Amino acid sequence: MSETNTIQIQEVTKSFGKKVVLKDINFDIKEGCIYGFIGPSGAGKTTLVKMIVGMDIPDKGFIYLLGKKMPNLNILQQIGYMAQSDALYMALTGKENLMFFASLFKLDKTEKQKRIAYAADLVNLTADLNKRVSAYSGGMKRRLSLAIALIQNPKVLILDEPTVGIDPELRLSIWTELLRLKNEEEKTIIVTTHVMDEAEKCDYIAMVRDGSFIATGTPRQLKDQYEVNSLEEVFLDAGRKVQ
Amino acid sequence: MRTVALIKRILLQILRDKRTLALLFVAPLLVLTLMNLVFNGNTVDPVLGVANGNQQLLEKLKGADIEVKEYNKVSNVNETILDKNLDGFLQVDGNKATITLLNNDPSIAKSLEMKVKQTYSKEIQLKLMGANAIRSELPSQDLMKTNYVYGSSDTELFDTFSPILVGFFVFFFVFLISGIGLLNERTTGTLERLLATPIKRGEIVTGYLVGYGILAVIQTIIIVLFAINVLDMVLVGSIWNVILINIIVALVALSLGILLSSFASSEFQMIQFIPIIVVPQIFFSGIFSIEGMAEWLQVFANFMPLYYAADALKGVMYEGLNLTDISSNLYILLAFSAVFIVLNLFALKKYRKL
Repeated sequence: MSETNTIQIQEVTKSFGKKVVLKDINFDIKEGCIYGFIGPSGAGKTTLVKMIVGMDIPDKGFIYLLGKKMPNLNILQQIGYMAQSDALYMALTGKENLMFFASLFKLDKTEKQKRIAYAADLVNLTADLNKRVSAYSGGMKRRLSLAIALIQNPKVLILDEPTVGIDPELRLSIWTELLRLKNEEEKTIIVTTHVMDEAEKCDYIAMVRDGSFIATGTPRQLKDQYEVNSLEEVFLDAGRKVQ
Repeated sequence: MRTVALIKRILLQILRDKRTLALLFVAPLLVLTLMNLVFNGNTVDPVLGVANGNQQLLEKLKGADIEVKEYNKVSNVNETILDKNLDGFLQVDGNKATITLLNNDPSIAKSLEMKVKQTYSKEIQLKLMGANAIRSELPSQDLMKTNYVYGSSDTELFDTFSPILVGFFVFFFVFLISGIGLLNERTTGTLERLLATPIKRGEIVTGYLVGYGILAVIQTIIIVLFAINVLDMVLVGSIWNVILINIIVALVALSLGILLSSFASSEFQMIQFIPIIVVPQIFFSGIFSIEGMAEWLQVFANFMPLYYAADALKGVMYEGLNLTDISSNLYILLAFSAVFIVLNLFALKKYRKL
C-alpha cells in the first residue's frame, strides 16, 4: 500500500439480487486530487460511492481508505459525504442541522462553532441559518448538505451529484471552493456527475457504464486517446467500443 | 456524546411538530374521557343508606364522594333500597358489616362497593390498632359481606377494564409515534446519512429509546394522573406502581415501534401494523375473558405484551396488589423490550454492518 493512495479499490464486485451493479472495479485514488465518476444514472456510481464510505460492503474485493479496510467507523471521521438526495431534518433550522451533525464527530466546542460558521459562509447560507429547512429552496438544501459534508474538516470529500439543482453561479462558486480545498488544504475529492463540463474540472476521470469503468485518465489523456475534442465524445466512443 | 446529540435532536423535532405532540399528550386523554363517558354515563355521587354506623365512619364515607343517608334498623333492606332510591345499603353490626348493592349499573355498584369497603376496612383497622397493635391487617372480605339486589359480583364493567385501557393507550400512542419517528428518519434518507458518520448502531437505538422514552414518561404520567384524578378511575393500589407499570409498557411499545418501523417503507405501511400487532393485543388483554377462549387460542395471550401489562395494571388499580405481587409480569415485559432492543440492533444492520 503506497502512502499517496488515499483510496484503493481492488477487484470490487457488487450485485443486488441477480443484477450485477459493479463488476471487477480496480482503481486507485491519489491524495490531493479531484476525481470525477462520470456516467448515466443507473451506471453504479452511487453504489460505488456508498461502498467507499462504508455504507455498503462489496460482494467481492476490498476498498481501503487511508490505509484502512472499509467499512471502518473511525475512518468516517475523515470522510465528508454528501448524498444524492438531501438528507436533512426539515423541522430543524439550518444551524440546528449543522450542530447535530457536528456533534456526531469529534470536535470540541469552539472548533464546532468555527466550523459551522465556516461551512455556512462557504455555501452562502449564513443569513438563512436560523430558518427552518422546510422553508429552504431546493438549492439551499443542496448547499446545506454540502456544508454538512464539510463540517468536521475531513481529509476526503465524497460528493454524490453535488451540483444538481444549483444555479450556474453557485455551481461555479462551489467548484471554485472545491478547487481551493484541493489546492490549499490538499483534500482528496470524489465527485459523481453526469454533467460533462464539470468533468473537465476534475484531475482524473473514471467513466462508468453498466457497472464497469470504460475509460479512465485525465481529461487531456482521454481526449487524446480517443482523438476527439470533448469528453462527451470520449464517453460515446468508449461506450460503443465496449458494446 | 453522540447519543446525547441524537436525543436533543429528536426532542427538538417533536417540539416543532405540534400535531404529533398533541397526538401524544392530548389524544389519549380525549379517548379515555370519551370511553369513560360512554361506559359511565352516570357521574352523580352514589347514595348509600347506613344503619348503625358511627359518626366517624359516616364522615369518612361522605369524604369519599358518597351521599350518606342514616337509617335505624330496617326490616327489609332490598325494599328500602328500591323505595328510597338508594344505590346501596350498609348495615354495621359490631365488627361485621353487610353491604347490599342495587347493582342496576355495575360501574356505580362496583365503585360504591370499593369505596365503602376501603373506608370501612381502614376504619376497622384503626380501631384494631388502637385495641391491639399486634393484630394489624384483616382482609376486607372477612369484614364485609356483599349482597346484591340485582345481578352478582360478576357484573363489572368499566372499572375492571379501565386499567387495561390506560395501559393500552400508553402502548398504542408510544408505538405509533416512535415507529413513525424512526421511519421518517429512513424515508427522508437521514438514517443513511447518519450511518455515514461515526455513530454506532447502539448509539442510534439508545438515542431513540431515551429521546422518545422521555416523551413516553411524560405522556404516561399525564394519562395516569388524568385517569385517576379527573376520570375518577378506581385506584386501590399505589399510583407509583401504576406509573411504573405504564413506563415499562411504554418501553415495550417504544422498542417494538422502532423495530417494526424497519419493516415498513412508508407511514402507511406503519399504520398497517396496527390491525396486525396492536388490535389483537386488545383481545388478549383481559377485556374479554381469556379463560373462556379455546385452549389453543389462549396460548397466544402469552406472546402479547399487553396481556401482562393488563394483568399488572388490573392487579394494582382494581385489586390493590403491591409491587411484589406483580413483579413477574414486569419482568416478562422487561424481557420483551430487551428482546426487541436486541432485534433492533440487528435490523439496523440492514443499513450498515458496523
